Amino acid sequence: MTMGGKSTQHPFFISVFFLGIFLFAWHVATISPPFDPTGKTDEELMVMEFNGDIMQTDDGQYVWNPEKEKVKGVPGPMTVLEKAWVELNEAFVIKGTNDHGIAFLVGYTVSRFSAGFLAASLVAILVGIILGLNRMLFRALNPFIQILKPISPLAWMPLLLYTVKDPKWTAVLVVFMAAVWPTLATTAFGVNSLRKEYLQVAAILQLSWFKRLYKVILPGAAPTIVNGLRISFGSALVAVVPAEMLLGELGVGYLSWIEWNNLDIAGVIFAILVVGTVGVILDSGFNKLAGLVTYRE
Amino acid sequence: MSFLAIDHMNKYFPSHSGDGTVCIFEDVTVKINKGEFVTVIGHSGCGKSTLLNIIAGLETPTEGGVILNGQEVTGPGLDRMVVFQSFALMPWMTVFENVALAVRSAYPDWSSQEIKAHVQKYITLVGLQGAETKKPTALSGGMKQRVGLARAFSIEPKVLLLDEPFAQIDALTRGVIQEELVQMWNATRNTVFMVTHDVDEAILLSDRIMLMTNGPSARIAEIVDVTIPRPRSRETIIEDEHYYKIRNHIIHFLVRHASHGHADESGDDAERSGPVEINFRDQATTTYEPAVTH
Repeated sequence: MTMGGKSTQHPFFISVFFLGIFLFAWHVATISPPFDPTGKTDEELMVMEFNGDIMQTDDGQYVWNPEKEKVKGVPGPMTVLEKAWVELNEAFVIKGTNDHGIAFLVGYTVSRFSAGFLAASLVAILVGIILGLNRMLFRALNPFIQILKPISPLAWMPLLLYTVKDPKWTAVLVVFMAAVWPTLATTAFGVNSLRKEYLQVAAILQLSWFKRLYKVILPGAAPTIVNGLRISFGSALVAVVPAEMLLGELGVGYLSWIEWNNLDIAGVIFAILVVGTVGVILDSGFNKLAGLVTYRE
Repeated sequence: MSFLAIDHMNKYFPSHSGDGTVCIFEDVTVKINKGEFVTVIGHSGCGKSTLLNIIAGLETPTEGGVILNGQEVTGPGLDRMVVFQSFALMPWMTVFENVALAVRSAYPDWSSQEIKAHVQKYITLVGLQGAETKKPTALSGGMKQRVGLARAFSIEPKVLLLDEPFAQIDALTRGVIQEELVQMWNATRNTVFMVTHDVDEAILLSDRIMLMTNGPSARIAEIVDVTIPRPRSRETIIEDEHYYKIRNHIIHFLVRHASHGHADESGDDAERSGPVEINFRDQATTTYEPAVTH
């Protein structure tokens, strides 16, 4: 870290600089000018007040109705910040069946995501190893994988909902469907392209099937498998938000939709930022795990 | 009866065009005694590595078979350990773990203490003490193959199979490791079957050298007795009166077969008569004469 001090500071300051520019531009673009009554007749003002566009203050001045402001145009950064402040203060509060604090929503999404992703990874790695070791089977099943892989996981949702009859498990299964194919395909490829000398050594040493699997095949294919998991991870993260929206399952994706139903645009923007934050947290956790199993030749 | 016998073996591969087969080698008969160091030299593609893999049980012959210690070889086993040209060390394991994997498989009843001591003994034997916790990536080619040798010797196999073991190691290191291998072999007197391109390496290490003709349909044309007394070292071996006779003979064989191929040289008579045995001790000639039937 001798020369790191200076060179790592620079991108940080540039990041802050761009963030500042963005927030400032956002703020300026979303400023609404104060209500100007000049050039309007009393009759027009009265109609506007009846419609709830404007209201009279105690000193008789007309100003924009703050309640209507909320759904007019895009809220500025300060409005979103206020909303975030309110939501974060109530992070652990449950107000009603559909109004859980943000911490709970994040927890629901993370656990739903983890369940689907882990189950998919387990199945994909096991099947991928079997296909990777058996070229004939791989070639026989590959056409099916190729057809199933590009199907959007959300396209499965009606069928899954119909068969499992439970939105909770349907959401997990949608994540599962999103995560299973990339890992399956890359695991099969990784095991198949494992250097044949490794398997020859395992054969000469008469390793048992199980030992061969976890001493040679799994660690040997680990870097490729991790690449597949990374792709699966991304697509599962993309799938979990719309799955929650469509199924009405509590979570950060659902938060975005419920705020839209409330016509609370600041809430929608806050929900988007939460989704991004959750993604970053899950991703860094994944990278830590991935670093443990990769090796260099 | 010989310790390791290859009996009238043929190997065919399906040809590239898909119709019919290509004969890799044919009618290979080899008899190796216990404790003997035998080397096969031949050009690339003559099937010598295939022959080694068949002895290892990693490939199957089309016709004929391998008999080790009175039993037919049916698949890979701990009694025949291969030292690979590409080292074949598991890159996710440390040096110690790589050797320990083999020791644990060979001696499943041993305690972890016994295994540790045994692994340590062979790592020390190849001069790698201090590098036990390193991953193969951190080692030079020469050190990697030392690990490969430690792994192979550590399970004390009946036959060691060396598949161009030093081909990927720089020339200076190669000489040092070859000498180390001589010492290890002197200590253990394993039966060794080696495949190589390197004539000097073959003469330094071997009791007998088999010369293989070019493929397809390669055969073992000659068996050269290395009539140089042991112990040998790179320094002293070149002083021996037979050294250059043997060396010239082998190089002459390799060059001749590279330029002509064997098909136009060996008639059916030569193929039926089997390999010619060359022994310079029995020859009173001082000038070099190719001893092959034309």
